[in-house]
Amino acid sequence: MGTAVATAPPPSQARKLTKFWRDGDQITHLVTFIFAASVFVITVWLVYELWIHSAASRAKFGFGFLTGTTWDPVAVQFGALPFIYGTVLTSFLALLISVPLGVGAAIFLAELAPPKLSNACTFLVELLAAVPSVILGLLAWLSMVPIMRQYIEPFLKHTIGFLPLFTGPAYGVGYLTAGLILAIMTFPFIISISREALLAVPREQREAALALGATKWESTWQVVVPFARLGIIGSIFLALARALGETMAVTMVIGNDPAIHTSLLSPGYTIAAVIANEFTEATGDVYLSALVELGLVLFGVTMVLNGAAQLLIIATTRKGSKRD
Amino acid sequence: MKNKILWVSFLAVSAAMVLPGAETINGAGATFPAPIYQKWFQEFHKLHPDAQINYQSIGSGGGIRQLTEGTVDFGASDMPMTDEQIKAITKYHVLHFPTVMGGVVPTYNLPGVSDLKFSGETLADIFMGKIKKWNDPALKKDNPGVNLPNDDITVVHRSDGSGTTFVWTDYLSKVSPAWKSKVGANTSVNWPVGLGGKGNEGVAGLVKQTPSSIGYVELIYAAQNKMGYGSVKNSAGTFVKADYNSVTEAAAGAAKDMPADFRVSITNAPGKTAYPISTFTWLLIPDKIDNAAKKKTIVDFLQWMLTNGQGLAQGMDYAPLPKPVVAKEEKQIALIK
Amino acid sequence: MNRIARRNMLNNVMLTLTGLCALVTSSALVLILGFLAVNGWRSLNLDFFTKLPLSAGELGGGMANAIVGSAILILIAAAIGIPVGFLGGIYLAEFGGKTFSMLVRYTADLLNGVPSIVIGIFAWTIVVVKMHHFSAWAGGFALSMMMVPIGLRATEQFLRAVPDSLREGSLALGASKTRTIMSVIVPAARQGIVTGMILGVARIAGETAPLLFTSFNNQFWANNLSEPTASLPVMIYTHAISPYDDWHRQAWAAGLVLLVLVLLANVACRWVLSRGMAAQRG
Repeated sequence: MGTAVATAPPPSQARKLTKFWRDGDQITHLVTFIFAASVFVITVWLVYELWIHSAASRAKFGFGFLTGTTWDPVAVQFGALPFIYGTVLTSFLALLISVPLGVGAAIFLAELAPPKLSNACTFLVELLAAVPSVILGLLAWLSMVPIMRQYIEPFLKHTIGFLPLFTGPAYGVGYLTAGLILAIMTFPFIISISREALLAVPREQREAALALGATKWESTWQVVVPFARLGIIGSIFLALARALGETMAVTMVIGNDPAIHTSLLSPGYTIAAVIANEFTEATGDVYLSALVELGLVLFGVTMVLNGAAQLLIIATTRKGSKRD
Repeated sequence: MKNKILWVSFLAVSAAMVLPGAETINGAGATFPAPIYQKWFQEFHKLHPDAQINYQSIGSGGGIRQLTEGTVDFGASDMPMTDEQIKAITKYHVLHFPTVMGGVVPTYNLPGVSDLKFSGETLADIFMGKIKKWNDPALKKDNPGVNLPNDDITVVHRSDGSGTTFVWTDYLSKVSPAWKSKVGANTSVNWPVGLGGKGNEGVAGLVKQTPSSIGYVELIYAAQNKMGYGSVKNSAGTFVKADYNSVTEAAAGAAKDMPADFRVSITNAPGKTAYPISTFTWLLIPDKIDNAAKKKTIVDFLQWMLTNGQGLAQGMDYAPLPKPVVAKEEKQIALIK
Repeated sequence: MNRIARRNMLNNVMLTLTGLCALVTSSALVLILGFLAVNGWRSLNLDFFTKLPLSAGELGGGMANAIVGSAILILIAAAIGIPVGFLGGIYLAEFGGKTFSMLVRYTADLLNGVPSIVIGIFAWTIVVVKMHHFSAWAGGFALSMMMVPIGLRATEQFLRAVPDSLREGSLALGASKTRTIMSVIVPAARQGIVTGMILGVARIAGETAPLLFTSFNNQFWANNLSEPTASLPVMIYTHAISPYDDWHRQAWAAGLVLLVLVLLANVACRWVLSRGMAAQRG
C-alpha cells in the first residue's frame, strides 16, 4: 500500500471534447471554412456547367467554331468569328479613345491638380463606374445614336470617307457607336487605377528629374509615368476585360448583324450581345450549346485578362514599396 | 413592440411570397400578335380577377423553344410548328389554335413620301441588297410621279427567331426565285444586308429612328406609331394595302379548306383584293394540362377569345377569324385534357 | 534659348491637354445625370410608382411591379450573397491557411470578373432548367453570384485592417477566438463591411443581362417567388428598344430613379468610409 496522494483525476476524454466544442472555435472555423470553400466550389461548378452545356456544339464544330464565319440557325451552322471580331473591334476602339483620355486625366489628377480638386474629380469619375449598363444603353440608343447618324458619321464620311474604315451608310448604330459607349464605361477604371499608380511613385523620382532641369511635363512623361508603367498597363487590361463582357449598352447600339464588316460605320455583333438576344429562343441542342460555347470563350478570355491585370497591379505596388 | 410588429409583418409577407398562392399562367412567343394578346389578357383578367396570364413577346422562335423546354404553359407563333418541332415535345401533343389574322407590311421612314407601291420582286431585291437607293428604276416604275430621293436604303430585319420573318420570307420566296434559292423562308435566315431589331417592336423602333429605312412589321406596329407603310402587288396584279378587308379576303380560301391541325399558309393568296402578305397566328396549347386550375383558366380563356375576344380584333387592325374556323376550333378545345 | 522655349511650350500644351482630359471625364457623370433628369423628370408621377404596365401602345400605366420586383430580387441576392461573403471573409482574414486562402481569393476575383451574361447562363442551367420555370429565385441567385466576391473582399479587407493589438488583447483576456471575432473585431470593422455590402447591392441593382433569362419578365404582380417577375433594368431595356414614345418616357423615368438610387448608395458609402478613416486617423 503506497501513499495515495489525492489529486484531481485527469480530465476524461469526454470532458476534453465537450470543452473543445463549447469553445465554439472549431465550429466557427468549420462554418466559415465551408462558406469560403463554397466560393471556390461555385466557380468550379460554373465552368463545369459551361463546359457540359456546350458539348453538342464543341462536338460538332471543334476548333473550327472559332474560325467559322456563318451564323445560320436554320442550316445549323455556327461560327464564332463575327462575334469575336465584333467584340475585339469594339473593345479596341473603346481603348483607343479611353486610354489617352484616361491616362491624360490621371496625369492631371495625380501630378497637377491640387488635392481637393483631384479628389473631387476622381470621385465623379469613380461614380461613373457605378452607372448601370442599361442606363448608358438607354442614353446611347435614344440620344447618342441620332447624333451619330445625323452629324458625326456624315462628318466622318465627308472628311475621311476615302478610307475603307468609314464607308457605307450612316446608320447611327454600329461598331463605332458601340466603341464610343464602351469608352465611357472603361475610362473610370483607367483613371482610378492609373492615378493610384502615379501617386505611388516616390517623390524623389520627380524631384530628381526637376533638379536636373526637366520641365514638369518632361518629368511626368519621361520619369513618373514609366515608373508607374506596370500599374497603368494593369488598368488597361482591367478596362479591356470589362469592355469585352459588356452586354446591355452594346446590344442596344451595335446593329445586330452577325457578319464581319471592315467599315467602322457598319452594324456588327458581339459575343455578349448575341447571347442576350438569342438565348431565350435558341431552338435545338446545337444552337443553344453554340451560344453557351460563346459564353465559355468569353469567360476564358476575361479570365486570362483579369489574371494578367492582377499580376501587373501587384507588381507595381510591390515595386513601388521596394524602391522606397 | 414596434420591432415585433415589423418582424411579424415581414414574416407574413415572406410567407405569402414563398408559399404558392394564386397562380400565374405564363406564356411567351410571337411579337406579331402581342398587342392584341396583351389586351386580351388584360380584359380577361378584369373579368376573372384570379386569372393572371402573363404573356411575354420574345418572338415565335422563343415561344416554341420555351414551350419545348417546359418553362412556359403555352406558346405563340406566326409560323406553325414543323413536324420535328412537334415531335420534340414528348410529354404531350401540341394543339394549334388560330387566334386572329394579320398582315405584315413594308414600313418605311421617308419624310414627305407616303403610299408607296411595292411589287414582290422589288421587295425581294431591296432585302437582298440588289436595289440600294430609293430612286432605283424598279421603284420609280411602280411609283410614277412620286418624288423618290437619291438616298441609300437602310434595310431593317429581325435579329431574333420570328414568325413574322417566316411570313415575310415565305411570301418573298413565292414571288422571287432568286430569293428562294439565295435566302429561303424560315423564322431565322441569313440576311444579305441590313440591321437587326429585336421583335416587331425593335424593328419598328429602328425604322422609326432611322431615316431612309425600310422594314417589315405587323400592321398594328406601323399604324400605332403613325409610320408609313406601302401597298403590295398581289397575285392578281393589284396593289393592295393591308387592312381588315384585304386580310380577311386572303384567308377566305383557307377558311373553307382548313386542315384539322390548323397549320396553313395564306401568303400570296388568290383574290382580287387579297393582301398578299397575310397570315394566321396561333396559340400553342398542350393537349394535356396537369394543373386543374390552370387548365380551367386556359379553356375559359380560349372560349372567351373565340367569342368576345374576336370583337376586339378589328379595332386593333387585326382581322377576326372566319366563322367556319371558329366553329372548328371550339371543337378542338374539347381535346384539352 | 529656342530649345528651352520649345520645351516650355510643349510643357504648357501637354499639361493643358491633360487638364482637358480630366475636365471631359469628370463632367461625363454630370452630363449623364442631366440627360436623364431632363428626359425623365416629367414622367415621374404617382402613376409611375403605383400602376402596372399597360399593353403595348396604350398610354399610361406605370412600373410598380418592376420596382417591387427589383426589390425582391435584391433581397434574395442579399440573403444569399451577404452571409457567404461575410463568413467567407472571416475565414480568409482570421483562420485561413495560406494556399487555400490564395485559392479562394483567386476564384473570388475570377467570379468577380465573369461577364454578367455568363453568370446568367449559369443561373439558367442550375435553377431555371431544374425548376422548369423562370422565377425570382433564379434571378436572385444570379445576382447573388455577383454579390459574393464583393462582400468577400470587403469583409476580408476591413477585418485585416483591424490592428492585431485588439485581437491579442481580447485573447489575453481569455476570450475564445469566436468571441474575439464576433465581439471585438467585427464591430471594429463594421463600418467598412456594411458599406462594402451596400456597394455590392448598388452594383447588382442595375444589372440586366443576368435577369433576361432567369427572372424573365411579368406584366402583373408575381404572386410568389417561383414565378417570373418584372424588374426595373429589364423594363428599361424592353421599353427603350420599343417604338412607343410613351414607353420611351417611362424608360427615362425608370432610368432616372434607378440611377439616383445607385448613386445615392455609392455616395453615402463613400462618405461614411471617409469619415470612418478620418476618425481612425484622428
